[in-house]
Amino acid sequence: MFPILIKKIGAGLLTTLGVSIVIFIGTNLLPGDAAQIRLGQASTEDSLKALREELGLNLPLYQQYFRWLFNFVQGDFGTSLASGNVTIAQLISDRYENTLIVSSLTAMIGVPISVGLGIIAAMFPGTLYDRILTLGSVTLVAAPEFFTATLMVLFVVFFLGIGNAVVVGSIEDKNLVELITHFILPITTLCLVIAAQLIRMTRAAVLNVMSSPYIEMAILKGIPRRRVVMRHALLNAIGPIVNVIAINLAYVVTGVIVIEVYFGYSGLATLIVQGVQTRDYILIQTLGMIFCATYVILMLIADLSSILSNPRLRHPK
Amino acid sequence: MSKLKKNEDEHYVAPFSAEVSFDELQDAPPSGKFRLSITGKIGVVVMVFWMFVALFGQFLAPFEENDLPFPDDYSEFQKPRPGAWLGTDVDDRDILSRVMYGAGRTIGISLAGVIIAYIIGVTLGIGSSIAGARIDLALTQFFNIMLAIPTIMFGLVVVAALGSSIPVLIITAGAIFSPVVFRLSRALGMEIMVMDFVEAAKVRGEGYRWIIFKEIWPNAAMPLISDFGLRFIYVILFVSSLSFLGLGVQPPMADWGSMVRENLGALQYGESVVPILAPAIAIASLTVGINLIVDDISAHAGGKLSGRL
Amino acid sequence: MEKKVVFEASNLCINAVRDDGSELPIVKEVNFQVREGEVVALIGESGSGKTTIALSALGYCKPGLKISGGSTLLFDQDLSAMNIEELRQIRGEKVAYLAQSAIATFNPALKINEQVTESAVIHGSKTQPEADSFAKGLYGALDLPDPDNIGTRYPHQVSGGQLQRLMAAMALCGEPSLLVLDEPTTALDVTTQIEVLKAFKKVIRERGAAAIYVTHDLAVVAQIADRIVVLYNGDVQEKGSAKAVISEPRHPYTRRLMQAVRPLPAAGEKAKENILPDNVIEINGVSAGYGGDVMSNPKEVILKDINLQLARGEVLGIIGESGSGKSTLARVIAGLLPSFEGDILLDNQKLQPRLEDRPRSELRKIQFVYQMADTAINPKQTIGNILGRPLEFYLDMYGSKRKDRVLELLEMVELPKEFYTRFPHELSGGQKQRINLARALAAEPEVLLCDEVTSALDSIVGANVIELLRGLRKNLGVSFVFISHDLSTVSAFADTIAVMYKGIIAETGTVHKVLSPPSHPYTDLLISSVPELRVGWLEEADKNIQEAKNKLEQGNLT
Repeated sequence: MFPILIKKIGAGLLTTLGVSIVIFIGTNLLPGDAAQIRLGQASTEDSLKALREELGLNLPLYQQYFRWLFNFVQGDFGTSLASGNVTIAQLISDRYENTLIVSSLTAMIGVPISVGLGIIAAMFPGTLYDRILTLGSVTLVAAPEFFTATLMVLFVVFFLGIGNAVVVGSIEDKNLVELITHFILPITTLCLVIAAQLIRMTRAAVLNVMSSPYIEMAILKGIPRRRVVMRHALLNAIGPIVNVIAINLAYVVTGVIVIEVYFGYSGLATLIVQGVQTRDYILIQTLGMIFCATYVILMLIADLSSILSNPRLRHPK
Repeated sequence: MSKLKKNEDEHYVAPFSAEVSFDELQDAPPSGKFRLSITGKIGVVVMVFWMFVALFGQFLAPFEENDLPFPDDYSEFQKPRPGAWLGTDVDDRDILSRVMYGAGRTIGISLAGVIIAYIIGVTLGIGSSIAGARIDLALTQFFNIMLAIPTIMFGLVVVAALGSSIPVLIITAGAIFSPVVFRLSRALGMEIMVMDFVEAAKVRGEGYRWIIFKEIWPNAAMPLISDFGLRFIYVILFVSSLSFLGLGVQPPMADWGSMVRENLGALQYGESVVPILAPAIAIASLTVGINLIVDDISAHAGGKLSGRL
Repeated sequence: MEKKVVFEASNLCINAVRDDGSELPIVKEVNFQVREGEVVALIGESGSGKTTIALSALGYCKPGLKISGGSTLLFDQDLSAMNIEELRQIRGEKVAYLAQSAIATFNPALKINEQVTESAVIHGSKTQPEADSFAKGLYGALDLPDPDNIGTRYPHQVSGGQLQRLMAAMALCGEPSLLVLDEPTTALDVTTQIEVLKAFKKVIRERGAAAIYVTHDLAVVAQIADRIVVLYNGDVQEKGSAKAVISEPRHPYTRRLMQAVRPLPAAGEKAKENILPDNVIEINGVSAGYGGDVMSNPKEVILKDINLQLARGEVLGIIGESGSGKSTLARVIAGLLPSFEGDILLDNQKLQPRLEDRPRSELRKIQFVYQMADTAINPKQTIGNILGRPLEFYLDMYGSKRKDRVLELLEMVELPKEFYTRFPHELSGGQKQRINLARALAAEPEVLLCDEVTSALDSIVGANVIELLRGLRKNLGVSFVFISHDLSTVSAFADTIAVMYKGIIAETGTVHKVLSPPSHPYTDLLISSVPELRVGWLEEADKNIQEAKNKLEQGNLT
């Protein structure tokens, strides 16, 4: 089994490396280089040349890439082009908390509830409960984040009359409950968005296992329904379910961008939009790598979980 | 109680006539004709409605997209009233007209994008499934890397580099969604390639052209078509999200995603919900409508589609 | 003395419910009883409703089916009146089920012992330690290796034949009064089938359990059943003691079923009709394998030094069990898998090993017929196009000439002309196999490579296909390489037989020579494992089988 695991992890690393090349080349296509942008209107031929040499921009592209990659791996992300002489690390450390809190709270609250609902739906296929849940998730899965967000605002702010449509205020010294209420709108919106996918995919994964001959056999052996689901079905569905969870968490990474803009609080996602608007390509490079690496790691977890849950691989002949 | 309660030990022979031949029973006929469920029918109505608006909306709209319905009475976010049935937006323009103008743009860009994604993805995907191992590996690796970049992130970088215009949006959407289409068509191609009838064609000595167009394509077409609907939804959501982030269709042109962005203030300051709700409902109803149709089709196809996503 | 009735179906009707709500009868007013210590066989071909009836003894209907009339009584209790909890109490405890494929019915994620004992423990008839030791006893009784430890393995860690016997242990662990066995030996190789059959028979007899045995194979039924119920299209055709039904079948359908079971031909040379002296195909010292560099040095060598000749007009039967390399040989001849050593001559001309290097005229002469007609013909092409393509491709026939020829081909394989415009899914399995055959014939080949062409078909349908092949051979003078795992089918059709065993030709010669002693021990094993259609054969055959096995194990491979 180990060779497969190592192969998968190696493939993940290679993918990350490939992504870094794509991001590096992509951002180098942006008009103007760092020297031009930094010097702006005040640039002269000589001052440009001097700064380019200082920043290593006169080197061949592949050398620049390796230099960038080398620095990046060591945590040296460089200096922002747009925000004076602030380091990228500084910009990120100011902003990452909101994004991290919202994403992890979404995962903590949304994932168990949705997976549970999906499993229950699969246990009673065709019942009213199953149909309502399926129709609800078919609807939500196709709706854009800002539609779901608007519904949430309508419900919470306009109907219930609680809080307002923008997330404001500081998060310092807040405990878990206070954090949840602080971010109630973005969290519930994101939860709803991933719930739609998660319920559908979990239900499909469990139903797939439930239709196997060994489940029919368990029923014909007179095993109680609870045990059929809990021991016979879930044990085989764990791999696919973890896979589904990882895919959806990877989705949160991108979904959060729209949500931050919608509710007007600052996080990494708004930072990257800001980077694009100000053409701060060093900022884009760094954030791009962080988002993509998270994505690759989650996908790797999805992959590994399906390998680890396969008894044929865990217990070779 | 029973028709023939006989002694079990007796040798029983059912009555038969000499002519009856006990031929092989026909295989069960394929599952019934495809019929849309109620929700699927609703989906079709909604989709046809929006396609109509996309094509003719700008000719039927009461105002031009940037005209003010009440030039003498300038005030942002006016409530719905005669003359502006959905009220006015942040610049006092008629929301109804802008939704109708935006339909063509949102749907047109997305449709063009998904078609490009399909042309690239299907060509390379099917090609990869029958090409040699080396080409297949190279293409698969390349698209795997592309898949590892979240779509919105990808869009942001491209738009930052090339600026935002409608052609850029279309090509970006096409490029971003082609890896998924590639993966699906490659998987389908691989699945069909190992079928005996493809091998039979190879043993006959058929060339690639016959194998692709006569053996693989007819069998891959149906699953690809239903995936097309699903992909269309994702492209609509992508294009709208980019516009919502201010990096898609640029003002003053109307587009559903950018309308939500422009009017976000109405909600945040609690003035009115219509300016946001109208374009948001437009997108949601279209995508949900398509999804209801796709759901019916994939249920008919044995629900296999959802397993491939 | 009247024995107690364990299970009784009276006027049992089961319907399939279609998507649109309409119902289609699957089982029509079926009556039969199973009494204490008695094995009742339900025999029939696909569509006969035999599995559906058998499952009703567990109060179970597959999704999409429902009991629409009649009653099923287990010890005078009406199963259809029971609720889920009551059914759960009797399932596994009073009546147990053995499915066709043990590989599919064992949960891959749980250890074998847990699955074998769980039913008995859950029903409370045994404590876990009691069940464990009882299971070990069963493993021993079923001749499983290492009975003390086999339960600690996962299902994928034991062989198919062992798993099949472990499934019997799973059913017997709760000591049920009634066993329902659904084609439990069909998926196995002949030699394994006999062992499993023997083990089943032993435990059923020892424990005095009653059983319902579902199968399509009359020869198997003859070995194990006390009484036989013959089913066709959901209806009982004939019912009686095994002896009576087998020795004097009265219903025409039963007789047809019996005819389809071919006994091994009696010794004696067959007349050599239509066989010409020259060789169409000569295989000289061919070796081939998979993985690595297939053309020169494959990782896994499957075929070792194969030498065979096929005379013009001859039928060469190739027999062997799964893994013997017989299908690989067909693929090597067709060029799908290039050999790395040796030559194949077609009409005395050397064939290129790779398909891609062979000219079209050579490709035309060798045509491949696949086992599964379902996957071998493109579901999205009409029959006219499926058969018309080789005509265009090899013979430049187009337009009305092509159509006329396709209609001729349809006639040749005894199918109606209307099939020209139909799609494969509108045909039955046997009809599809005929199309599969007609497509190969369209190329006007010299050699047909038939890979298990009857093994996916019901026995009557398969027998008809063999009959058709015979006629074609007589009329067209085509040579055949006929591959099968079924010795009786091969020896009924072939002139010469090659017995394959672990990638080599163990024995080759005329049918007469191969079937009459002295033979290679593996051939002996195969011959003695073919069930004969008479009661009591199993016990007699056992001695010969053991002898052949011992010889094989001693490495006596001359």
